[in-house]
Amino acid sequence: MKPIDQARNALAFLEDDTHEHAFDQLIWGLRERRDAAAREVPEWEQLRTLASEIKEHTLSNLARYLELFEARAKRNGVQVHWARDAHEHNQIVYDILSSHNVEWLVKSKSMLTEECDTRAFLGQRGIEVAETDLGERIQQLDDEPPSHIVGPAFQKTPQDVADLFHRVYGSDPNRPDPVYLAQVMREQTRPLILDAQAGMTGANFAVAETGAVVTVTNEGNADLSANVPKLLICSVGIEKVIPGVEQLAVFIRLLTRSATGERITQYTSHFAAPRMGGEMHIVLVDNGRSQRLADERFWPSLKCIRCGACMNTCPVYRRSGGLSYGSTYMGPIGIITMPSVDIHRHSELPYASTINGSCSNVCPVQINIHEQIYEWREVMGAKGEFSATKKAAMKVADKLLSNPRAYRVAAEAGGSALGVLPRFAIYNRLNAWGRRREIPSPAEETFHQWYARNRTGAAQPPETPAETTEAKAVDDERA
Amino acid sequence: MRVALMVPCYVDMFYPEAGVATLELLEKLGVEVDYPFDQTCCGQPMANSGAVKQARATEELFVRNFAAYEHVVAPSGSCVHHIRNKFTAAADTAERRHVSAHVWDLPEFLCDVLKVEAFPWAEFPHEVTLHVSCSAIRGLFEQSMSERPNDPWFSKPRSLLEKVKGVEIVDFDRPDECCGFGGTFAVTEEAVSAAMGNDKLERMGASGARYVVSADLSCLMHLQGCAHRNREEFQFLHLAEVLNGKVQ
Amino acid sequence: MSVREDILTAIREHHPPPRELPEVPDFHRATDNSLSDLFSRALARLDGKTVAEPPTDLQMWLTETFPDAGRICSAVPELEGTVTPAEFSDWAAPADVDVTVVRTPLGVAETGSVLVTEKELEVNTIVVLAQHLVVLLDPADLVENIHDAYHHPSFQQAAYAALLSGPSGSADIGGKTVHPAQGVTTLTVILSPRPASEAIPEGATR
Repeated sequence: MKPIDQARNALAFLEDDTHEHAFDQLIWGLRERRDAAAREVPEWEQLRTLASEIKEHTLSNLARYLELFEARAKRNGVQVHWARDAHEHNQIVYDILSSHNVEWLVKSKSMLTEECDTRAFLGQRGIEVAETDLGERIQQLDDEPPSHIVGPAFQKTPQDVADLFHRVYGSDPNRPDPVYLAQVMREQTRPLILDAQAGMTGANFAVAETGAVVTVTNEGNADLSANVPKLLICSVGIEKVIPGVEQLAVFIRLLTRSATGERITQYTSHFAAPRMGGEMHIVLVDNGRSQRLADERFWPSLKCIRCGACMNTCPVYRRSGGLSYGSTYMGPIGIITMPSVDIHRHSELPYASTINGSCSNVCPVQINIHEQIYEWREVMGAKGEFSATKKAAMKVADKLLSNPRAYRVAAEAGGSALGVLPRFAIYNRLNAWGRRREIPSPAEETFHQWYARNRTGAAQPPETPAETTEAKAVDDERA
Repeated sequence: MRVALMVPCYVDMFYPEAGVATLELLEKLGVEVDYPFDQTCCGQPMANSGAVKQARATEELFVRNFAAYEHVVAPSGSCVHHIRNKFTAAADTAERRHVSAHVWDLPEFLCDVLKVEAFPWAEFPHEVTLHVSCSAIRGLFEQSMSERPNDPWFSKPRSLLEKVKGVEIVDFDRPDECCGFGGTFAVTEEAVSAAMGNDKLERMGASGARYVVSADLSCLMHLQGCAHRNREEFQFLHLAEVLNGKVQ
Repeated sequence: MSVREDILTAIREHHPPPRELPEVPDFHRATDNSLSDLFSRALARLDGKTVAEPPTDLQMWLTETFPDAGRICSAVPELEGTVTPAEFSDWAAPADVDVTVVRTPLGVAETGSVLVTEKELEVNTIVVLAQHLVVLLDPADLVENIHDAYHHPSFQQAAYAALLSGPSGSADIGGKTVHPAQGVTTLTVILSPRPASEAIPEGATR
């Protein structure tokens, strides 16, 4: 399979001016609200540090916490299952559902089930799944994956949704009014919820101390999916476990503030045991996580609590759209997680970033996202994932920039600095720079030439300064 | 004090006046400035692409050119960020570590090493917008960042520009959002890059100022390209040119 | 090897170097505002309403506030209602309830949240399926922040515990929160001390 061409996908999004502008405004608004929320919490940076440390502690003792969680959940009367990968997860879910003769169920938002493509798996086996989160349902009806992990349909304008609902439900296409559209959805979805034979949820956290699965929603759809039907299945990524409720408090304070700028969501719900007369299952899913845990550079990405703040702040994401990444997770967190799932397919994603560092500084669990993007580029280089043009350009740049004489000749040959720039910086695609921008004009005289003309001769470097000698001595000692 | 001047490759070729201004400014401040003649580039274009192997020889050449100096000064936050924080393609020697530990972006050198209080020779009676690069903010911490709203506010480049007679710095929306240059990103993702540049210019333009000043010409090269294509009347200047007092 | 052992072994082999679990402070903050004021302001952010003065006649207040409400589900002794949770054998049935009235064992000033568990609800769906939700909160049951809230024993004991902080809403279309969504369309919290007769729940932080 060819690598996802994020740049080309982004171009298509950009050429549609309405969507790009609306999307940037909407998503930047979330970033601004996040800033305001952080400002009113004096201990904000301390909370981020705590959250990071708690996650690092948990991940460095993950097996123990998973065992604790499992034992407690079982004690609560919950049936716990383990799945190595997406297929095992889907099979377990299917087996539970078919043993209860479930033909259709309601589900609240879960990135893990997106990762596993659970809906399609069940659909092919005759079990229909209705999403209950408004944004997720919109994407389901339009047969599109989520464009944002918190607001799956953020890439759609209200008019897009009005058109979609008109097509699907016959509602008024001339009322792109969110209140009206939400009302349409409520009327359409409620019967589905009331008649559902089973419910599925994801998990924001899994608390080892209590065995509870914690979900954070603004509609209460996890509560509906979990409580209306008698059968509940929670899909939980193994990295979601945390030690106890004392630690949970730190994450609850950070999560919604980071995501939308609110202090909390409308429903913060803890499901520890089956509801009266009901049955509850938890499927703990690995799907590549234990492997990522082994990678000393990239394991901290497992700290992610799925707030979406890194996407909201990412200037590239906001102008490319979430679908341009062609992957389950998008934006900065997608760039650093997707290559560990399939390196070749996602080999271009690390280049969909200016590595400006904003993402790492909004991340509530202090994942060094931009540094990991940089390191993924190194991995792409080391693993031979460069395109032929990139490989050739890097080779030329290496030869030219490490050889002062050759470099000077190239830089100053008849004012043809332009002849150099594309080769080392832009892979012979000078026109790519010039498509939407003017090319800088080379100066008549380089600084180098000016210096040679105006200052006396080349510098004689000083004797090695004291500090270097000291450093050297230390170095020798170590050796 | 004797320092080595690093003139980034793109400054050498496209903006020599910024290199000259940096040199003259340092000299005015009583610094003895050497310009190592065999310098080419810091290796960032390759390293930033992930081409570690291909960055090695260039980084090592840089180390050879600059290791003997007590300080290395460059008018480019982006290059300094690379040399200080990401110089890992070169062999890990005492010289390499010395260079990484003693390289300064010009605003840092003026604020932290020379502790300059005034630029009596400079006057610039204009409204300007100041663009501080992502490398300078989140790589070198020359300015507090909007992502951490509870940190005390500070800005080294701004504190310098404020010392120039007549300058009126005007604020604009989303001041520390990336301008879209991003090194090779400017070409590999040219459409998104240009969209970011145009958005930045729109916000700068809304402030009323027509001068854009920055200590990172790589950002300005990109913004200038966007502005010229749109036939917008911006003037782009390196901070050193304003501080040196030769532009009016 | 079982799948479970397979995964746990892979994790054990791959653990990053051990790190300490940090202590979490209580983050109490000095403020001139009462917890009730902080609570009602926080709740208003997510479009929840607070009634600071408890109505002398709760029944009359309900009739005035929800004039069209026919079916009222009461889970509190202060109010009779038309139906009690115990009457629902099917948990989808509360969908026809106009107003649910419950008492919360805990309010959180920082976030404007009230806690509900199966202990108060009996039938969990009465707080999501009803059109309107009215929650009685004794100001003495207010805590300052989320850190305090998680000391409440319900989080150790309850099968279902939910912190409700506003009526069900969605910002999925256009980014601004709108109602209705899938749950209740309004949430009103009445600051109302517990009747003297009602025992304080065992172990509750007061």
